[in-house]
Amino acid sequence: MVDDEKRTHLSYDAIKVGDSLPKLKFGPINRHTLALYCGGSGDHNPIHVDSDFAKNSGFEDVFAHGMLSMAVLGRLLTGWVEQDQIRTYGVRFTSITQVHDVVTGSGEVTEKYEEDGEKRIVLDVMTKTQYGRQTLSGTAVICLTA
Amino acid sequence: MFNRACLGLVSEDRIVDVELGQIKLFSKAIGETNPIYFDESAAKKAGLRGVKAPLTFGFCLKSLAPAKYPSNEDLGIDFSRLLHAEEKFDYFLPIYSGDRLTFSTEVEDMYEKKGGALDFLIRTTKVFNEAGELVQTQTNTLVMRNG
Repeated sequence: MVDDEKRTHLSYDAIKVGDSLPKLKFGPINRHTLALYCGGSGDHNPIHVDSDFAKNSGFEDVFAHGMLSMAVLGRLLTGWVEQDQIRTYGVRFTSITQVHDVVTGSGEVTEKYEEDGEKRIVLDVMTKTQYGRQTLSGTAVICLTA
Repeated sequence: MFNRACLGLVSEDRIVDVELGQIKLFSKAIGETNPIYFDESAAKKAGLRGVKAPLTFGFCLKSLAPAKYPSNEDLGIDFSRLLHAEEKFDYFLPIYSGDRLTFSTEVEDMYEKKGGALDFLIRTTKVFNEAGELVQTQTNTLVMRNG
């Protein structure tokens, strides 16, 4: 399995609390991005693609799916380790990502521990817009057993 | 307000076929560049049984096969006042195109904050494969603005 072969490129012992992941930039998120994600994700909530609906709901315009940013931040994780090493991934959506925003995903190692016979690390992850506003904040647990 | 009568209800089992085209479109939408997430031959070359479903794709499968009961309407969900508060995945096994999965969702909790201005709904979805093994769990928190 390719997943197992590549698993060894990051060593649990070499990783330190405070280490950062390479950042990942996505966007600007335009209406086309939102339409693609609507179809690709099966999330058909009109608030993300229908500006009339959004305005009638009290928003200035359509805004991005929170799950789009979660998916982009997921790419940051799977660009760093094999997907099968990821044990949990959870986020809170802390503010709305507006259409035209550029989001940047980042992550930092906050903890190392052993559980269920595995060497694991905890990452704090987040996305921010180009204006520095945090839109999503979360945690991932990754297995780094060689 | 979310319908309190739905608290504790467990949905019917929903059987979902993981479609290659859906994963491809999702991967394109999120800007995925690793071909194991959209190219069948690259996935095969990597020894995978199908194109790999990205980390959060399970949420999409859930959206594509919503529970009939309790449905969003049964729960009193009003999309114009709804925000997604939190989403969490616990991963046990990977998902690939061609898989057939079973989803079942429990209405786990409902509570108010800010004197009833915000109403929270927590649902937990378990995903099983054809062998009956737990593939992942998804914990979904929605918030509805009242008034």
